[in-house]
Amino acid sequence: MGRRILVTGLGTFWGGRVAQALEAQPDVDVIIGLDTRTPSVKLERTEYVRSDENYSILSRIVAATGVDTIVHTFLVVDSTQMAARTMHEINVIGTMNLFAAASAPGSTVRNVVVKSSAHVYGASAADPVWFTEDTRRKAPLRTRLERSLVEVEGYVRDFALDNPHVRVALLRFSNVVGPTIVTPLTKALRLPLVPSIFGFDPRFQFTHEDDVIRSIQHVLDHDVAGIYNVAGDGLLPWSEVAAICGKRTIPMPPFATGLATDPLRRLGVDLPPELLTLLRYGRGVDNRRLQRDGFRYEYTSAGAVEAFVEASRLRDTVGDHQPAYRYQRDVELFFRHSPSVLRNQPSVESKS
Amino acid sequence: MPSKAAGPQGATRAELVPVPALVPPDEPPQHLPDPRRSDVDEWGRSEHMRELSRRLYDPIYSKWFRVEWDGLEKIPDDGGALMVANHAGAIPSDAPAIMHGIEKELQRPVYGLADQMFKTLPVIGTLWSRAGGVVAHPDNAYRLLREQKQLALVFPEGTKGPSKTFNQRYQLRRFGRGGYVEIAMRSGVPVVPLAVVGAEESMPIVFKLPAVAKALGIPYFPITANMLALGPFLGPLATAAYFPAKFKIKVLDPVHFDVEPDQARYSRSRIMEASEAIRQQIQEALYDMLRTRRSVWFG
Repeated sequence: MGRRILVTGLGTFWGGRVAQALEAQPDVDVIIGLDTRTPSVKLERTEYVRSDENYSILSRIVAATGVDTIVHTFLVVDSTQMAARTMHEINVIGTMNLFAAASAPGSTVRNVVVKSSAHVYGASAADPVWFTEDTRRKAPLRTRLERSLVEVEGYVRDFALDNPHVRVALLRFSNVVGPTIVTPLTKALRLPLVPSIFGFDPRFQFTHEDDVIRSIQHVLDHDVAGIYNVAGDGLLPWSEVAAICGKRTIPMPPFATGLATDPLRRLGVDLPPELLTLLRYGRGVDNRRLQRDGFRYEYTSAGAVEAFVEASRLRDTVGDHQPAYRYQRDVELFFRHSPSVLRNQPSVESKS
Repeated sequence: MPSKAAGPQGATRAELVPVPALVPPDEPPQHLPDPRRSDVDEWGRSEHMRELSRRLYDPIYSKWFRVEWDGLEKIPDDGGALMVANHAGAIPSDAPAIMHGIEKELQRPVYGLADQMFKTLPVIGTLWSRAGGVVAHPDNAYRLLREQKQLALVFPEGTKGPSKTFNQRYQLRRFGRGGYVEIAMRSGVPVVPLAVVGAEESMPIVFKLPAVAKALGIPYFPITANMLALGPFLGPLATAAYFPAKFKIKVLDPVHFDVEPDQARYSRSRIMEASEAIRQQIQEALYDMLRTRRSVWFG
């Protein structure tokens, strides 16, 4: 019997991409996706269940489907996407209900993977160059996003302590960029002039979106447990990031920066507080623990930024195109159900 | 694969299931394309900037302060070591003198661990970081000393050293909470104490303005003898103009700690004892050097 996996946040970029990656794996029997919105990516055999944002129906789904693995990607790490209250409902209450369902008596859940963010470390002048998974954050919790993420991690820790038979992996991703993902950071880098803060040239670390998916898959395949930072090798000064993007920076005043960014917000350039502190102090995370457990990155920080820029250039020239997932329903149905197809052929099964 | 399910968290990869082989340890390091555009390294240092600042600073080092070393051979040629020194001067002049001296004489880079306050200042913070400053955080120190086997320099007095007024010169303040000893123990490196004479007189503080410091959010706001004496001629430049005091730096015997590295905790009493002993050593050495010093300006 193969694995039975529940993916939360199927309608989000990550949930969709994770489900796509799981669909390609023959040992995964069942994929159930949960979200408030219909999935935006093409999916072949994932079953979609619409739920309310805080997952009150979750325990029934877990009991009914007997999933052994939960991939929790439905954590909002971009505070510009929605109101603070909605974010709280999704992040904190959603996670709480998720773990309540997963720890119910008779629960079949044995693996949990949570996608968190390096925002839990904050950013301040007192920070070390590299945060290890055990380094405590230095900056006080200021923004609602950080507060909710730290609260979520508290639930994850409690769940792991109360359920020692469940493997819990918590992945903290740092500044994800790539061909398709849109975050406040990628929006800032696509502006004609890249905003910076005068007198500061902090160092950034980036993760390519493919490495995000690959790391989640790695954790699932190798039964890895614990807390892991996920980020490409190397730290780049913000000026160099802009240079790789072929842009110049436009400095904002170092004092009363909030006032200066307010008019920008009205123009549609939203720089959330987390990004503003990053533009001042930057952040590096130590990515060696996951590498020690066998994961290999495909992109360095600089490589990820370059991949992002090249994809943006292509999109600017030829418009949106979706080469990523070539799923043609009719062809797949033919492969799956036609008596003319020879079964157990690797070329068909693995569907490269 | 239901048998996978068992096993407590943490005790991963039970032998029950053949897990796909993890990457063997002898796998050659992979070379990913890394399209870097600048020479800023992981610590925020830029070799261009460092070369430039070395060239600008060298005349000050050799002509203005005429830095003289005693016992330079006690600084290890390789392997990590944590150097600690007394700290003085309203804008401390000892840190660049020590760092430049060792880089010049021993051709070993020195990482100056300093207060985070630098990083909060626009422009200055960036220049400081490019020239080789690193925030004094235990993680940074451990990585430098244990993993990269570098020389690091720290002033355990913190801002309490440079903020003392001239009448308290060469009186060492408290050495923090002994954190530097703990870091050296955990990293398995010796502490090399340095005694610096001259920095106190290069920019003496006459009095301080606490209200201004509070308003600006900085640790102290000094009125220096340099401002008072040179201000009429140099204007605001006098704030950064040092008196040409003669610098003498004495390297004391390295202190090795007989403890296992990489422990989560070390005995607080041992730490404080060692820290106080090192402070005493530097204080004694300073008194010795001052006894034989004939002139502030010529040594």
